[in-house]
Amino acid sequence: MNGLTGAYVPGGSLVHRLPVGAKLAALALACTVLVLLRSPWAMAAAGGVVALLFAASRVGVAAAWAQIRPVRWFAVALFGMQLLFADLPSAVLITSRVVLAVALAGLVTLTTRTSAMMAALERGLSPLRSVGLDPFRLSLLLSLTIRSVPVVADLAARVREAQRARGVEWSVRAFAVPLVVSALRHADALGEALSARGLDD
Amino acid sequence: MIELVDVGVRLGQREVLRGVTASLSERRIGVIGANGSGKSTLARLFNGLALPTSGSVTVFGDDTRRHAARIRRRVGFLFTDPDAQIVMPTVAEDVAFSLRRRKLPGEEVRRRVEAMLGRYGLDGHADHPAHQLSGGQKQLLALCSVLVLEPEILVMDEPTTLLDLRHSRLVAEALRTLPMQVVAVTHDLPLLEGFDRVLVLDEGRIVADGTPDAAVGHYRKLMT
Repeated sequence: MNGLTGAYVPGGSLVHRLPVGAKLAALALACTVLVLLRSPWAMAAAGGVVALLFAASRVGVAAAWAQIRPVRWFAVALFGMQLLFADLPSAVLITSRVVLAVALAGLVTLTTRTSAMMAALERGLSPLRSVGLDPFRLSLLLSLTIRSVPVVADLAARVREAQRARGVEWSVRAFAVPLVVSALRHADALGEALSARGLDD
Repeated sequence: MIELVDVGVRLGQREVLRGVTASLSERRIGVIGANGSGKSTLARLFNGLALPTSGSVTVFGDDTRRHAARIRRRVGFLFTDPDAQIVMPTVAEDVAFSLRRRKLPGEEVRRRVEAMLGRYGLDGHADHPAHQLSGGQKQLLALCSVLVLEPEILVMDEPTTLLDLRHSRLVAEALRTLPMQVVAVTHDLPLLEGFDRVLVLDEGRIVADGTPDAAVGHYRKLMT
């Protein structure tokens, strides 16, 4: 459970040491460049650069693959659709664009502590205080979302086990209802825990 | 110092606590009772997570109805399920998160977090994802995240219920060394060893209040 959980991989590489703001700006720039690329060869070169960045960050192959894995079926479907309605170069370009953008976003989360991301987000959103938005609450929301992914995955695994034990593993209702109830219970408990830590004032 | 005067709590049609009066000043206080006897609600009254429907609860002289935020800064709370109280993805970040509102310099936060994790044997896990810890380690992390705020009172709601024997012992050992007043709601009777006072709850009322031996004896009779 490393992919969408955005789990930080500790390290001292240059990518790790870059300031969060620089990483996010570079990510935005890189995604723009990916959109502008029109040749499959240029896209292949971009893929090479992304691979080099992962190698330089030394986060490991497993962590790198975990970033792509959640979108693999989406990428296959996207490729198929483009092949059906456009042509092979378009299918390669569009699918690579999505996969490389996801990989780069994954590289940022793998090499950046959530607390550093929260601090950067708070700084970036601070002008919105004037219109009544609380940057701390928004960054907390981001952190809780990341933290909740493994918790909900664990709840889903428990519900699936209980389904199997009762022989109803193919029932969507028997999966969805207890999962939603458990997730809501978890949300209630988390809210109470945040209050207990003095975060409701 | 916690004072409860004729406290009642009603949830919908159900009276969860009634006529509870107690003055809690001892260093180690246990609360035991059957499931549904009102123990967890009682614990939540101590830092304003639950409010009395009747009567009053005061902590260090502050009424929980009017000063809940101020009280929560002085009363830490450890929940049964550590997963529900770990907010940040990694171990050190979660402990540091507690200190955010203190606006301490980064170096001071780092120092306090390292010291706290070192004290409970989690220093080797500082950068690890919190969800990869064992149940006992998660509960110790949750404890670190509460203790780093240096509360004057620590309230624990069944802190060992989800833990195996080894991890229960770890939490029990941690509890023995804590310098502050501790109120522990528990089904884990060995945890009460060395406690100064134990309250027994039954159907929302305090039915026994005394030394651990006397209170546990009363509880055992109640359960037969």
